[in-house]
Amino acid sequence: MMTLKVNGKDHVVDADPDTPLLYVLRDDLKLNAAKFGCGLGQCGACTVIVDGKAVLSCVTPLLLLDGKQVTTLEGLGTIEAPAPIQRAFMEEQAAQCGYCISGMMMRAQALLQRNSKPTDAQIRAELQPNLCRCGTHMRIMRAVHRASRLMDSADASPVIQRSAP
Amino acid sequence: MNAPVILDRRRVLAGGGALIVSFSLTGAFAEEKSPPGVVTAPKPPGSLKDAPLLDSWIRIEADGKITAFTGKAELGQGFKTAFQQIAAEQLDIPFASLTVVTADTHRTANEGYTSGSHSMQDSGTAILNAAAQARALLVAEAARRLDLPEDTLRTENGAVIAPDGRRLGYGDLVAGDMLHVQAQPTSKLKDPASFGIMGQPVPRLDIPNKVTGGAAYVQDMRPPGMVHARIVRPPSYGAQLTACDTAAVEKMPGVVKVVRDGNFLAVVATKEFLAVKAMRALSAAAQWKETASLPKQDDLLHVLATGLPSQDSVIFQHSNPSAVGRKTLEATYTRPYQSHGSIGPSCAVAQLVDDAMTVWTHTQGVYPDRQGIAEMLHMPQPSVRLIHVEGSGCYGHNGADDVAADAALIARELPGVPVRVQWMREQEHSWEPYGPAMVTKLKASLDENGAIADWNFEVWSNTHSMRPGGAGCLLAAQHIAQPFAVPPAKPLPLPEGGGDRNAIPIYTFPNAHVVHHFLPDMPLRISAMRGLGAYHNVFSIESFMSELALAAGADPVAFRLKHLDDPRGRDVVMKAAEGFGWREGQKAPPGHGYGFAFARYKNLAAYCAIATEIEVNRETGQPRLLRAVAAVDSGQAVNPDGLANQIEGAIMQSMSWTLFESVTFDDTRITSIDWQTYPILRFNSAPDSIDVHIINRPGLPFLGSGETGQGPAAASIANAIADATGKRLRNLPLTRKRIKDAIDA
Repeated sequence: MMTLKVNGKDHVVDADPDTPLLYVLRDDLKLNAAKFGCGLGQCGACTVIVDGKAVLSCVTPLLLLDGKQVTTLEGLGTIEAPAPIQRAFMEEQAAQCGYCISGMMMRAQALLQRNSKPTDAQIRAELQPNLCRCGTHMRIMRAVHRASRLMDSADASPVIQRSAP
Repeated sequence: MNAPVILDRRRVLAGGGALIVSFSLTGAFAEEKSPPGVVTAPKPPGSLKDAPLLDSWIRIEADGKITAFTGKAELGQGFKTAFQQIAAEQLDIPFASLTVVTADTHRTANEGYTSGSHSMQDSGTAILNAAAQARALLVAEAARRLDLPEDTLRTENGAVIAPDGRRLGYGDLVAGDMLHVQAQPTSKLKDPASFGIMGQPVPRLDIPNKVTGGAAYVQDMRPPGMVHARIVRPPSYGAQLTACDTAAVEKMPGVVKVVRDGNFLAVVATKEFLAVKAMRALSAAAQWKETASLPKQDDLLHVLATGLPSQDSVIFQHSNPSAVGRKTLEATYTRPYQSHGSIGPSCAVAQLVDDAMTVWTHTQGVYPDRQGIAEMLHMPQPSVRLIHVEGSGCYGHNGADDVAADAALIARELPGVPVRVQWMREQEHSWEPYGPAMVTKLKASLDENGAIADWNFEVWSNTHSMRPGGAGCLLAAQHIAQPFAVPPAKPLPLPEGGGDRNAIPIYTFPNAHVVHHFLPDMPLRISAMRGLGAYHNVFSIESFMSELALAAGADPVAFRLKHLDDPRGRDVVMKAAEGFGWREGQKAPPGHGYGFAFARYKNLAAYCAIATEIEVNRETGQPRLLRAVAAVDSGQAVNPDGLANQIEGAIMQSMSWTLFESVTFDDTRITSIDWQTYPILRFNSAPDSIDVHIINRPGLPFLGSGETGQGPAAASIANAIADATGKRLRNLPLTRKRIKDAIDA
């Protein structure tokens, strides 16, 4: 048994200390966003934020997380009240199958938290560990730039989605 | 447009619906010869021809609730949103007021596989016409009730409205079985000029959920009582399980069951990571006898072109002896085996309840996969239900069908319990059916005016579909103690073709000869991968066209136009060239190259032309795409942003195949088993820009665009590399090392 802080809440988790964080998030806490992609730290689909840093949850055992703050995509916002990064990905339609997108967003979020105005080159370098197979890279980069702008506007208004008349 | 012929349902049913007498038909509509005096009714369009009842596609409840149904599976292409646009438009209802139900053997029509860029063409067309015909039936019913002529009525916002303002809601108008009628061959479709929803970049319905952590994939399912299973696959094709002491594994924490049936080995546990640990222990306990059966990976040219028996057929022949070639070029192009490489390994959930099996699956074909699973389980098909739930993008036949079979086989051992099977990364990489390796040999001559006088094209390839149907296509069914044999491979018939897809040139040549060498033996497990043979055939044809243009001293775009008659094709070529700023005789800056390529997918679906600029580092050989400009004509564009997204993705994915990817193997095992050993494109390879120009064709048929970019992107990049380096690379992938070696040669 150990206590894990996820998205601002304490959770008592009954899992072996060698259990990768990804399985705890998905199986014990029933969170969907972090995805199993490789289990080898090669694709980034499982990326979450731990104490402000992007972390590959599939290769991070539970025992390393004592006292640390874990943030998943669910912790950023909701459909009704999306965080800037979520709103940006919606507005740029930056997904095809979307399986990689949660990991992309969490890595981008970690970047934006330490560098609110990243250059294109910085975004590329940051997202290098994360794979997208549908080829949505251009939209993902545009969405990160848009999120940066949205975070900038103090009174970010609610999501305005283009909708059919 | 023809007015709809609304037949009384009883009369249609009495006539069996198959023959409808005495339509005034033009010859073009009459597809089959009929006895004198009887005219066979033309078939309704799209998938309506196979599932002709309107309520297979559109249902309206008395409370006004409207649902559209498709037998196709949403794979991340975004067509679910497009279908909703189509139905809303033709029914004259708000976009958000209806829902779309996708592939489910208990609820939707059997539309076979979601493949070949057919979804818009088959299912989109069916929904378009079914919705239009449903609207016409509602108007007719309102006219009857109001005692007014139909042409005085209009529809708006889910109601039929009379000139005096009286409104009859669709829910009020719809009688129990009003839509349970045969579709008519033609529909009164709305004038595209009046469209308010079709043609708009409506945001995709699935994205908000996917970017906020909602349950969006079969991987996210957690039905009560669910257990987690993992498979221990054989280490290589044909390996036999000789011994496996399961006792220790069965005692591991959380382990519910070890399932062993011949060479099929799996373990079930209460929690996911306990299943992973038990899988590792079980894998260590299993002893296998392996056979060295794989060909030489570095000699695929000879393996395919001379080493395997082939069935040869001339698929195109055109002669004009007056055209005489003066200068002849020959070239051979090769493609390795390539992986679909889904980011999420395949996953399925299955549950056996009261002798009925339900499988939640990201298969591309719920009906054919059901057939295979039912056969494997020796169950009648109606007792097996397959429900499509999205998975990670598949781009063809990946492990989806196999993992569905795995889950069903294990669920049968645990009645009542939902079983989730998740493949591991190395299982997806080593067991998925790959895109087949291919060889093409081209030979052509230029006449004295620099035009192509004769063209010879030969392609060697396996089939490009080993999908179920039969149980023998499923890994689990192959591995159990009473196995099902892999069915013999068949070439996919033209005009769509498989290995010969796009092998027939779209250009007009005085003399042309195209041969398909079909290779029935499959040393590696292969099946359908996005574009099938078109990827390599278009890569070959469009590389060779640029080689010929160079030999003729002609501009590559002008050279293509010189041989291209198809007016829509010409429009697409010119649009891409214009968008790129292509100028005849232009010279790229030092170290840069310009490339161009064009194809019409299958020679009958969407048109796509792509111009690229590439930079090549001469010291390292490293190529980088700087910009790509595409033009696409896929007929009536329903969701232009979705279409652009597909083409952008096609360029990126094809670039990844083209620059980086080949399945590797030794004489026994697949050795490309993860992203380290099978590298794909990452962000450092993303270009500065991709522009997609859509040539919309309002009112023309949907052509399907999911695969049209794969071939042109590959050839355009290859042509740009040749322009940058002066060296032509013909063996895929065009790796940094191969480019460097070519520069140094």
